[in-house]
Amino acid sequence: MNSSDNSSSQIDADQDPPLVQIEGLTFRRGQKVIFDGLDIDIPRGKVTAIMGPSGTGKTTLLKLIGAQLRPQAGRIRVDGVDIHRLGGRALYRMRRRMGMLFQSSALLTDLDVFENVAFPLRENTRLPGGVLRTLILMKLQAVGLRGARRLTSSELSGGMARRVALARAIALDPMMIMYDEPFTGLDPITLGAIVALIKRLNDGMGLTTVIVSHDVPETLGIADLVYVISQGKVVARGSPETLQQTDSPWVRQFMRGEADGPVPFHYPAPPYLEDLMGDAP
Amino acid sequence: MSLLDGLQSLGHGTLSMLARMGRAGLFLGRLMPSLDMSLRRPGLVVRELYASGVLSFVIVAVSGLFVGMVLGLQGYITLSKFNAVNSLGVVVALSLVRELGPVLTALLFAGRAGSALTAEIGLMKSTEQLSAMEMMAVDPFRRIIGPRFLAAFIAVPLLTLIFDAVGVFGGYLVGVAMLGVDNGLFWSAMHGAVSFRADVLSGLLKSVVFGFVGAWIAVFNGYDAVPNASGVSRATTRTVVNASLAVLGLDFLLTAWLFS
Repeated sequence: MNSSDNSSSQIDADQDPPLVQIEGLTFRRGQKVIFDGLDIDIPRGKVTAIMGPSGTGKTTLLKLIGAQLRPQAGRIRVDGVDIHRLGGRALYRMRRRMGMLFQSSALLTDLDVFENVAFPLRENTRLPGGVLRTLILMKLQAVGLRGARRLTSSELSGGMARRVALARAIALDPMMIMYDEPFTGLDPITLGAIVALIKRLNDGMGLTTVIVSHDVPETLGIADLVYVISQGKVVARGSPETLQQTDSPWVRQFMRGEADGPVPFHYPAPPYLEDLMGDAP
Repeated sequence: MSLLDGLQSLGHGTLSMLARMGRAGLFLGRLMPSLDMSLRRPGLVVRELYASGVLSFVIVAVSGLFVGMVLGLQGYITLSKFNAVNSLGVVVALSLVRELGPVLTALLFAGRAGSALTAEIGLMKSTEQLSAMEMMAVDPFRRIIGPRFLAAFIAVPLLTLIFDAVGVFGGYLVGVAMLGVDNGLFWSAMHGAVSFRADVLSGLLKSVVFGFVGAWIAVFNGYDAVPNASGVSRATTRTVVNASLAVLGLDFLLTAWLFS
């Protein structure tokens, strides 16, 4: 961990206890170690970004927080409760308080926009039709798609699908939302809209936001606290401003998007000339 | 490939198959208690019954008609050699209700609706829809897999009855309307020789078993699919192959039990 610890102490000090506490998390897939004693605190009411290169297990971390995966060691406490000790109904009750926006949006393809947003409400509540309709229109209004409520998922652009998924994620008024790569593959206008929307929802609804992303400028623009993970561990932690001025060459390379540096451009390989002259496949 | 490689490959294949069978067993153990929502919300099952049952009606009815017509023709040719064409109705009906109806309907269902079920659930998995449901506090077993399983399980016996009825009509068309077998004898011989309990209900019991196994294989392979294009494709093929082999194997066992 680097010198940015001091700068983030203010964030921790006024947001105690954290909403999500990850302690000594170890997770392996077969022989591959994804997380090796990971420690992360996600403060309440803030936008926390978890960043790192592709393949570092950022999406896996969200699935671990949502208890869709189980760690081999360590624990994750959500609102003071060890989520992996919950089972059945208790786990589902907890998940009602946790929204998640998937990278693929994961809209239900046989339902239109309105029904997609209505889905969690219909399945988890017994609201009268009129109240349900009003709630859904409010959620769709929040993401600017009230007028698109009768479009099917195949008629939506990538950005619109993500906004519908966002409306669906906030349908049950969760205490936190987890965003999995929310900025990937969007045009500049939609990107700006999504960035603004995430910040507005966080501040306006008093949510706790967790963003998993490798899009540096967009994420740093709205994050209050940033964790950078690599090879299963936290390699940097702090506010966006302090991470921009970090001494760590690795973090600097990631933040500035430099092609070569401590993270090599080339995948490990035998010497080039030897390879060219050889006959191995 | 050396002998050792061959043995290694055989061992690996056997272990994977055993592991898949184990997963299928655990899957069934999780599926059965989740059917409570299907019973509380029958609308979910009815909608799936339309998708897997009603939309399979045409292929089942047309197949039944042609199978009945072939039975009528073959039966007539053979029976006429023994001067026994009046028994044509019995031959057609018994062949259909005891064997061909349940078996062919289950095979057609596996190809038409079973593969579609696998592909649908597999695609929902690969596009993270099932994962999203879990995060919305909705159990995919209760909401998605259970109703589809139950609908397929109900559809197969109903489609078998349709196959049997249309098949008998096909035999009647060829035997009576085209080849001149006596109308009254065709039906009265059938009525006298076909037992509702021993033949029709036994055939129906077969179709219930085939429906259960076929539906189980279809939804399991979708849920167990590797979440990418080739994974879903392989799962779909596996459903048709596994369900067909299971139906034919079980048919032998059930026939030995019910009719011997």
